[in-house]
Amino acid sequence: MKMTTMSTTAIAALVAGAGMASAQEVRFMCYSDGNECEVYEDVLGRFEAENPGIDVVIDVVPYQSILENLPVQLAAGTGPDIAKVTDLGGLNEYYLDLAPYVDREYWEESFGDTLDWYRAGGDDDGIYGMHSQLTITGAFVNATLFEQAGVEMPGEGATWDDWAAASREVAEATEASFPMAIDRSGHRVAGPAISYGALYFDDEGNGSFEGFQPFAEAFVAWNEDGTMARDVWASQGGSTYQDAAQEFINGDLVFYYSGSWQVGRMDEQVGDFFDWQVIGSPCGPAGPCSGMPGGAGVVGFEQTENPEAVAAVIDYLAQEDVYAEVTARTRNLPAHLGVAAAGVEFENASPAAQDALNAFAASLPDVSPIAFAYQGYASNRAMFGITVERLSQAIVGELTVAEAMERAEDDLEAAMAEAN
Amino acid sequence: MLSIISPLMRLIEIPMLALQRLLGINRLAWVFLLPNLVLFGLFAFLPVILNFFYATSGSDNVMLADRPYVGARNFVTLMDCSSYLDPNTCREDKFWRAVWNTSWFVTLQVGFMVGFSLLTAIILNRDIRARGFFRSVFFFPVLLSPVVVALIWKWILQREGVMNAFLDWTGIGGYNWLVDAQWAFTWSVFISVWAHMGFYTLILLAGLQAIPRDVYEAATMDRASPWRTFRRITLPLLSPTMLVVLVLALIKGVQTFDEIYAFTGGGPGTATTFIIQYIYEEGFAGAPRLFGLAAAASLMVAIVLLILTLIQLWVNRRNADG
Amino acid sequence: MSRIFSFLTATRGKGRLHWTDWVSYGYLLFGVLLMFGPVVWLVLSSFKTPNELDRFPPRFLPYAQDVAEVEGFEEPLLLFTVTEGDLAGQIVAQTRRAAGRAEVVLPDDPENRIRMPAANLEAIEGIAFATENYTSLFERFNFLRFFWNSTFITVMATLIMLLVNSMAAFALSKYQFRGRTAVLLMVVGTLMIPQTVVLVPLFLITFELGMLNSLWGVIIPGAATPTGVFLLRQYMITIPDEILDAARMDKASEWKIFWRIIIPLSAPAIAVLAILAIMWRWNDFLWPLIVLTRSENFTLQLALNSFQGELQTDWPSLLAMTVLTLLPIAAVFMFLQKYIATGIASTGGK
Repeated sequence: MKMTTMSTTAIAALVAGAGMASAQEVRFMCYSDGNECEVYEDVLGRFEAENPGIDVVIDVVPYQSILENLPVQLAAGTGPDIAKVTDLGGLNEYYLDLAPYVDREYWEESFGDTLDWYRAGGDDDGIYGMHSQLTITGAFVNATLFEQAGVEMPGEGATWDDWAAASREVAEATEASFPMAIDRSGHRVAGPAISYGALYFDDEGNGSFEGFQPFAEAFVAWNEDGTMARDVWASQGGSTYQDAAQEFINGDLVFYYSGSWQVGRMDEQVGDFFDWQVIGSPCGPAGPCSGMPGGAGVVGFEQTENPEAVAAVIDYLAQEDVYAEVTARTRNLPAHLGVAAAGVEFENASPAAQDALNAFAASLPDVSPIAFAYQGYASNRAMFGITVERLSQAIVGELTVAEAMERAEDDLEAAMAEAN
Repeated sequence: MLSIISPLMRLIEIPMLALQRLLGINRLAWVFLLPNLVLFGLFAFLPVILNFFYATSGSDNVMLADRPYVGARNFVTLMDCSSYLDPNTCREDKFWRAVWNTSWFVTLQVGFMVGFSLLTAIILNRDIRARGFFRSVFFFPVLLSPVVVALIWKWILQREGVMNAFLDWTGIGGYNWLVDAQWAFTWSVFISVWAHMGFYTLILLAGLQAIPRDVYEAATMDRASPWRTFRRITLPLLSPTMLVVLVLALIKGVQTFDEIYAFTGGGPGTATTFIIQYIYEEGFAGAPRLFGLAAAASLMVAIVLLILTLIQLWVNRRNADG
Repeated sequence: MSRIFSFLTATRGKGRLHWTDWVSYGYLLFGVLLMFGPVVWLVLSSFKTPNELDRFPPRFLPYAQDVAEVEGFEEPLLLFTVTEGDLAGQIVAQTRRAAGRAEVVLPDDPENRIRMPAANLEAIEGIAFATENYTSLFERFNFLRFFWNSTFITVMATLIMLLVNSMAAFALSKYQFRGRTAVLLMVVGTLMIPQTVVLVPLFLITFELGMLNSLWGVIIPGAATPTGVFLLRQYMITIPDEILDAARMDKASEWKIFWRIIIPLSAPAIAVLAILAIMWRWNDFLWPLIVLTRSENFTLQLALNSFQGELQTDWPSLLAMTVLTLLPIAAVFMFLQKYIATGIASTGGK
C-alpha cells in the first residue's frame, strides 16, 4: 500500500508524530510532466535508507501551484524546502546556496553553464540548482506525409521559408489540414525569432524586443495564409499555453515545432500510425538555426530549517549514476555533462524515440548564445507572457504587427519599472 | 446528526438567555450578528481594506511593508485614455478591452439568464410529470466545477470536436468556432448561462410556488388570458424573488472568470477577456505581479457594482411604493 | 408502455393536451439533452485511451484495437483485416511497421512473415472500456485520504456557514436596531468582491492567523460568504412577524424563536444554501491551492489538477478523477433536492 504523500516513511512520521522530531523532514514540492515525481520518489527512497536521519516527503502539486503560488509562499516564508521549478532566474532571491555543502568542482564540471541560469548574474557564483530536465525546442515532421506527397524533405541548413514551402506543398498533395504549427508559448517562438534576428537584450543587458519584428511579421503572415494552424495561437487568449500535438498525432499536421519533451507522447500515441522524425530547428535570415533550451531544475530554499539535509538530497540527485538513472527512466535529455558524454539508453523507448532524442541532443550545439542567456534571464517569464499576448492580438487582427510590437515594448517597460 | 445538534442548541440557549436579560431584545441582534461580523470583518472586509493599501503602493513585493507608497499612480495609469470608447488609445488597453467586453457580456448574459430561468421555472411549476427529475436535470450543470464545464465545452467546440463532427455528418460542414471572436464570445455567453441557469431557476421556482393558488383560480374564473395572468399576477407577486435573481445575476455576471478563463483563456486575442481575468492575470498569474494595478482595478469594479446594485434596490423600492 | 403513454399525455389536469403542454414537454426534453448530454460525454470519455481521446472525428463509445497473443511473440500483437491482395478479407497480426510497409503473420501460422503496404491493413476495433484509467488512480495515491479531506472541509464549512449566516440573516430581517442599514450595506458591498481579486490580502491574513497548511485555513475563510446572508435575509423577511410576537407572548427566548421557529420555516432557503455551500467548497480549487501545500492535506480538486504538468496533461487520469469527484456531489444533490421540493411545497402551498 502506498500512502497519500507517496513517501515510504510518511506513515511512520504521521504515526510517530512528535516522537520522530529527531528526523529531519524535507518537503519536496514536485510537479509532473510524465513520471518525474514517481521516479524521484523511488530514487529518494534509497536515499532515505542510506540516511536514516532524513525524511523526504514529496508533495505532487499542479504546475499552476509552482508558477503562481510558490513565489507568494516564499515571500511569506512558508515555502517548501525543495522544489522543482521552471522560473529559474526569477526565484533566485530565495535560493539556498549549496556551495558550502557540496563538491563545487564536481558540480561545475558536471553542470557547467546551466548553473548560470539559476544565478542572479554579475559576479554571483553560487550553486543553487540542479538542472534535472533539459529540454530543447525543435520540429517534428511527419515523414509518411512527405513520402505520400512525393516531396523531398529540405535537408541540413534549410530555412524556415524552405520548410514552410515544402510543408505547404505536402499539405496540398495529401489530406493533412495544416502545413505547420508552433506551440502557443513565448518560449517556443524564441528560437525562430532569434533566427530572424531578435536580440532580446539591449546594450546594457536588459530585456528588450529589439529585432523581434521581422519574425512577428513572418509569423502573422503565415497564420493569415494558412501555413500555420491558426487554432493554436488564435483560439486562446491571455498567456495560456496551447500545443498542437493532437493534430500531429492524428496525421493532420506536416511540421510541428515543439520540443524534446513531446518525444514520449509521440512515441506512445503515434505508434506505427505513421513515421515521424525530429529535424531540430530550421535556420533563419539572420543566420542562426537556433532552438531554445529550457526545462526544469531542483532547487533548495534559504528559509529551510535543515539546509544540510536539503543540500544532501539535491547532491544525491546530482550524482552521476543517480542522474543517469533518472534521465533514462523519465526519458529526458541530460543536463549533466558526464551523463550526456556517456550517452543515455532511454528506458522503454522505441528506435524512433531514441533517434528523436538523439536528434534533439545533436541540435544543442546550434543553440545561439542569445537563446542561452534568455533562458537564464530573470525576467524571461514576463517577456514570454508579453510575446504570446501581443503576438496573438496581431494574429487575430486586434492590433497591427507594428502596434503589437510597440505595445510589447511598453508592457515590458512597465513590468521592469515595478520589478525590483 | 440531529441528536448532536439539538442538545448543542439547548446549550447555547443558556448564555443567550442571560445576554437577552442583560441587553434587551433589540440589542441582542448584535449578538446574533457577532460571529458573522467577525468572520466577515477578517475574511471579507479586511482584504478589501488591504487591497486599498496595495492599490496605492508600487513594486512587485507581496508584503505590504516592503511596498513604497505611490499615491493614485495606479488609478491614473488605468484611467489614462484619450478616448474611453477605443481601448487602443488607452495606456492600459487590456483593462479597457476587458471593461467593454464585460459590459457587453453582462448585458447579454443577465438578459438570457433571467429570461431562460424564468421560462424554465414557469414550465417546471406546471402540473407536469416527473417534475423532480426535470428539476434535477436543469440544476445538474450547477454542480460541475468551472474547470469541468470549460473542459466539456472546449471538447465539443474545438475544431476537432463533437460539434464539428456532428455538423460534418449532417453535411452542413464544421466551423472553427473558437478562432472567430464573435462566435467565441457568443459561446461564452451560452456556456455561462448553461452552467448557472439551474441556480436561478431554483430560486424562481421557490418564488413561484409561494404564490397562492387561489389567486390563479380567481383569474381563471375571470377568463383572463394566460399572458394577462402572467403579467398581472405572476410578475408582480414574483418581484421580490426577481430582485434577488437580478442582483445576484448581475454581480455574478460581472465576476465571471473561472469557466471562461479555462474555456478560451480570454481569446481569441482579447475577445473574451473579462475584468476579473484582467485582475487575476495582472495581480496573480502574470510576471511580474502588478498587485497595485490589480488592486486598483478591483476597487473600481467594486464601486461600479455597488452603484449598480443600489440603483436596482432603489428602483425596486420605488416600484413597490408606487 | 402505458406509463410512458400517460407520462406523455400528462396535462394541466384537464384530460386534454393543451398546446402549451406540448411546448412544455418539448422544451423539457430538449433541456435534458442539452444539460445532460455533455456530462454523459464526459463520463464516456473517462473510459477512453489517450489515442481515442485525441481522435477525430470523435466517437461516442470508447473503442480499442483488438489484440491477440501469438506464439513466439512476447507482447500481444495488433489485429488487422487485409483489404487488398492475396490475403484480402483475412485477419492478420502485425509484427512490425516502418515507412509505410508492414510485416504481418497469420495468427495460426506465426512462422511465416508476410510483407505488404500498410495502407492495405484495416484495424479491427471493438468497444473497450479503459477501466485502468480508474484503477491506476487508486494505485498511484491514497484516494481515500483526499476524499476525507474534501469531505471534512465541505461538511464543516457548510455547517459553520449555515449557522452563522442564518443567525445574521435573522438579526438583519427581524430586529430594528441602529446600524442595521450599515451592516446590510457592508454585506451587499462585500458581495461585490470575488475571492479571486483579494487572493493576496486573504493569503496574508490567513498566514498571520497561522491557518496555512491546515484544513481550517480553507474552512473558516470559506464560511464568510455574503451570498448566504443576502439569500436568507430576503427569505426571512417574508416570514410574518405575528408568529414571532405570539412566541414572545409565550415567553419563548429569542434563541428559541430563532432555533424553533425561524430555522424550520426557512428550511427551503436553507436547503438551497446548503446545496450551494457544499458545491462551492467541494469544487473550490484556487483557494485550497494557495493554503494547502502538503499533500496529506490535499483535497480531491488539488489531486485532480496535479495531473496537469507544465507541458503535458495526463488526460485519462484527470478525466477518471473528475468523474469520481463528481459522483459524491451528485449523490448529495439527489438527496437534498427532495427536501427542497417538500420544503417549498409545505410553505408555499398555503
